[in-house]
Amino acid sequence: MHVIEILGSGCQKCQSTEKVVREVVESAGIAAEITHVTDYARIAQRGVMSTPGLVIDGTVVLAGRVPTREQVAAWLGVA
Amino acid sequence: MTALTVRRSHPSLALAVAAGAIMWLAAWFLALPAANWAAYDALGLARGSQAGDSIAFFLFDVPKVLLLLTGVVTLVSFLRSFVSPERVRRALAGRGVLPGTMAAAGFGVVTPFCSCSAVPLFIGFVEAGVPLGVTFAFLVASPMVNEVAIVLLWGLFGPGIALAYMAAGLVVAVVAGLVIGRLGLERFVEDYVWQIKAAGTIAEARLTLEDRVRDAWRSTVDIVRRVLPYVIAGIAVGALIHGFVPTDLVVSVGGRDNPLAVPALVALGVPLYSNAAGTIPIVEALLGKGLPVGSALAFMMAITALSIPELVILRRVMKPQLIAVFVAVVATGILLVGYGFNLFIA
Repeated sequence: MHVIEILGSGCQKCQSTEKVVREVVESAGIAAEITHVTDYARIAQRGVMSTPGLVIDGTVVLAGRVPTREQVAAWLGVA
Repeated sequence: MTALTVRRSHPSLALAVAAGAIMWLAAWFLALPAANWAAYDALGLARGSQAGDSIAFFLFDVPKVLLLLTGVVTLVSFLRSFVSPERVRRALAGRGVLPGTMAAAGFGVVTPFCSCSAVPLFIGFVEAGVPLGVTFAFLVASPMVNEVAIVLLWGLFGPGIALAYMAAGLVVAVVAGLVIGRLGLERFVEDYVWQIKAAGTIAEARLTLEDRVRDAWRSTVDIVRRVLPYVIAGIAVGALIHGFVPTDLVVSVGGRDNPLAVPALVALGVPLYSNAAGTIPIVEALLGKGLPVGSALAFMMAITALSIPELVILRRVMKPQLIAVFVAVVATGILLVGYGFNLFIA
């Protein structure tokens, strides 16, 4: 069971990031809890200054750009 | 396996980049004759007629601005992948006031900025111990003096105006940062901002060259798509001005003889929300009609540096007093730039 957080203020790239993550999770058929964090204070607490940010199981793996499916799959260990 | 994939993908990457560059150059050299043909042969517009001039302006400017925009955004997005805001923050914390402020304004030119990330950026800077004035220098420079503005100004008006705009914009950002820093306005930052303690660092994977090129292209498509409506609207307004607004009117209302022209243009620019790419075609048309350079630059700066949506977003981290000071300081700087250029450039 993975805990995935997308840190985003509702920007276009944040939506794309969530879409990519959901697609990977769905196609790999793994259990994951996906939340989209829009609260600025919580985003900043993660040390992320450019959205979108992506947090997987407590680690910030990405900030400021949209990941590819391959990258997300690698982070989730389903590559 | 990975090494193999990487090696195999490199030639195709180089090929794609080369093909893109050749297509860009071909489009650049074909755009003007094509627009000429479309305006005066295909559409049969009469040279010198109001409608003809308007439509020709539109047809010339759309490919020119879009090509410049696409080219520069691709190039800069690639370069930007080496300068993350996290790195900038590290470089800015713990510097002296003047060098810190100047560095912040300089970083503002090259770092990505959209008003949607203004808040995390602001919190991140403050949280890392970057002084408030230094943070503001960055917030002012970032939307106003950027590569899009410089390249478009350079492409449409030549290096003189482009460099003048850049220098003036940097001076406004640095002075605004120094003034705000001196005023000691920390108490007008929302209290919760001071309580945030960022935990942990970003364990970001190393990017390969291919990642950077692909990201650059993706963000170019994203950015161009997002600014396209502004650019088209800006060019359309510019075209209407070019064809239908009499030169006498622009000169008498916005010229040097009217001392209120600069403040009026700044006041007009603030509620207008656009980016550099959408503003420049309007400025182009106004300059063509005899608007003095200082007034034109001030107008453009007011549109890009101060915008109502950005102020609304900043309200989440700043109390109204601080926002008021921010607007007042930046607007004053822009006014001085306008008057200064009108005074010294004939």
